[in-house]
Amino acid sequence: MVDEKYMEQIRKVPGWETKQAFSGAYNAHPEGSRMAPRPVKFFRPGTDKVKSLDYILDAIGLKDGMTISFHHCLRNGDAVMLYVVDSIAKKGIKDLTLSASSLSKVQDCLLPYFESGVITAVDTSGARSKLGSFIQKGGLKKPAIFRTHGGRARAIETGELHIDAAFIAAPACDRFGNLNGVEGKSACGSLGYAMPDAEYADHVIAVTDGLSDTPLDYVSIPQTQVDYVTTVDSIGDPAGIATGSIRVSKNPAELLISRYAAQVIAATPYFHDNMVFQFGSGGMAIATAGYIRQEMLKKNYTAAAGVGGVSGFHVQMLKEGLIKTFYDPQDFDLTAIDSLRTDIKHHEISASAYANPFSACPYVNMLDFTVLSATEIDVDFNVNVLTDSYGKLLGAPGGHPDAAAGAQMTLITMPLLRGRLPMLLDHVTTVVTPGESVDVLVTEYGIAVNPRRPDIAECLKGKGLPLTSIEALREKAVKLSGKASPLELSDKICGVVEYRDGSIIDVIHEL
Amino acid sequence: MNSLYRTMFFVPGNASGKIAKAEIYGADCLIYDLEDAVSVNEKDAARDLVSSFLSTYRPDCRIGIRINGQDTPYYEDDVRAMVPLKPDFLRLPKSETAENVQALDALITEVEQANKISVGTIKIACSIETALGVYNAYQIAKASPRVFAIGLGAEDFRTDMRMARSEDAEEILFARNQISLCAHAAKVIPMDYVNSNFKDPEGFKKDVAFGKMLGFTCKSVIHPTQIGLVHEVYTPTDKEIEHAKKVVAVYEEAMANASGVIALDGKMIDMPIVTRAKDVLAYAKAAGKEI
Repeated sequence: MVDEKYMEQIRKVPGWETKQAFSGAYNAHPEGSRMAPRPVKFFRPGTDKVKSLDYILDAIGLKDGMTISFHHCLRNGDAVMLYVVDSIAKKGIKDLTLSASSLSKVQDCLLPYFESGVITAVDTSGARSKLGSFIQKGGLKKPAIFRTHGGRARAIETGELHIDAAFIAAPACDRFGNLNGVEGKSACGSLGYAMPDAEYADHVIAVTDGLSDTPLDYVSIPQTQVDYVTTVDSIGDPAGIATGSIRVSKNPAELLISRYAAQVIAATPYFHDNMVFQFGSGGMAIATAGYIRQEMLKKNYTAAAGVGGVSGFHVQMLKEGLIKTFYDPQDFDLTAIDSLRTDIKHHEISASAYANPFSACPYVNMLDFTVLSATEIDVDFNVNVLTDSYGKLLGAPGGHPDAAAGAQMTLITMPLLRGRLPMLLDHVTTVVTPGESVDVLVTEYGIAVNPRRPDIAECLKGKGLPLTSIEALREKAVKLSGKASPLELSDKICGVVEYRDGSIIDVIHEL
Repeated sequence: MNSLYRTMFFVPGNASGKIAKAEIYGADCLIYDLEDAVSVNEKDAARDLVSSFLSTYRPDCRIGIRINGQDTPYYEDDVRAMVPLKPDFLRLPKSETAENVQALDALITEVEQANKISVGTIKIACSIETALGVYNAYQIAKASPRVFAIGLGAEDFRTDMRMARSEDAEEILFARNQISLCAHAAKVIPMDYVNSNFKDPEGFKKDVAFGKMLGFTCKSVIHPTQIGLVHEVYTPTDKEIEHAKKVVAVYEEAMANASGVIALDGKMIDMPIVTRAKDVLAYAKAAGKEI
């Protein structure tokens, strides 16, 4: 999928000489040791880990060219990245690689540090808004890497992404360095995305606004992995960290798509007693889960497990006993956070456990089915969730390619048109999830099954569903919207989109 | 496309997004509204929008257009602009007399001829919205061979009758009965009125079921969520289909054996019951159910 001319550009970047182009979702044959090197440590009993950030930055010997990391569990409420980067900048340190499990709009405040050369490289899942624009203006020294959640964990564990210092925002942390995300005024829930960093970074620093003098009862990341603890007044804005309630779609077109998706699922053998599933937390995914819940009640089915990000709706099903257990790398609202803290059936898992393809069996491999959204899809079922129709960064691969690859059946729920623009194209602007791991497209105008899955198509016959081919849906989209002029993108690349196995599946162009 | 008119879904003629998406909800018929949904400042724009949409795209269902009334300056322009698009029908608001309908018939004929459209192609659905209209319902239904449906415009009717709206629409019961009766007498489709309370699905379903009991086979709807509910009520259930099949089977067997008395589960089966059973099966088949 990636043009060889771009691979040539990519292989000229120091350290990327051996990068391979994507050749298939299940073609990776990893070799070698899983363990990335990490310094051995010794702490004299009685040593106080709680220090000022200024002290810590000196103590760990942070210097030009190193890689610092953060998790994105505080989402759009995060205040830690700015605090740490500003402190580093004041020491005159430059040329850092920012490795964040994702970057939200709130990180626009980091732009001055990009412009002044404090940060010159980015390794993330998503970048948007002002940082996205900076990247697409060619502002970095080398192309940004966009990884999946599982791919990032893989890169950390294999040593491909070496983190010199991981700064872990910790809603609750004791003086010994045990920390969790479920307590404190800035509770964010699961710290799954910080776990690989804590396990493999050379230095791990907890940044907390919830310091406890007594050992924590609930421990997400243990003291054995944490070198220092530093305190701040606030690690973030609770309103941006977790929403108070879930959004269930009221849009009739979205509800129609959700109902179709649930009907598709219910017609396949993947809908069975003791199934395992993942629903996103968007309005349509939650609405689909709502319809599936009704089907489960009708058939007296329960799900053996739910996997993936958790919201209040998932918790409701867990409490009702419709989901027996939940494996949770991320929480979206206060109900989910509270459930993780109190419900023994609700388990916190790391990004690696969730989706790292180079492990014996990530949790996504359990999935009978997953319902995912898309920004764009094409007639080969390739999905884009990273850029908009003009090639501008706006989203993130997140766990999309991971869940799609792991699940027995992957459904994409998506409106055929957004405004005047068709979302089903001949070729997506950016390939993030390969079509071979996508099985069904559900739109308000009809349902198309990937020809690779005749078994699913067979199940859906005679069920009163608006089945059609993806080509017919594409034709309908063109008929309704008119044919768009082809998008002209620059030959200069400013980012690479890495598939979960580390191969390059697409590139991001300068704008 | 099925042959039924269970739902006529009103789509504002001035809302491009709604026009483009309207077909997805599976209504048997879409009615692009140039009348009440469009303010006087946007009449031309709505006409152009509907015209331009239907010239480039044709949803896979029946298409109607509610034109403005004959007492407005938009009426004639609406007819002249819409007939060339070859909708299945025009819906005439404020149909009060047979003359109203005949005047529209004549104008459609003129535009059909001018556009080389076979005369009679475009049908007429009449909205009856006044006391006089309800009184004349049968004459309206028989006024032209183009008329294929009549229905009650409840809000305007209430205004004309100085009625307040009640929750269960008791005040329009007589008018609904009259419309249904006259439609069946004239062999046209009886269209049940618009119930605008789309936030109460249970109440709406009760209202549709009551309309069905009165003889209505079609409901005008204004919100996507109402479509499925109407289809649910109007489409025969699996149980009804099974019973109808048994009735027809017993009847056919009796005919084959030249047996005089026909009974099913201890109950006499006479001709009206057989006719109804056949209607149920035909309706279910038309609605896409497996028979």
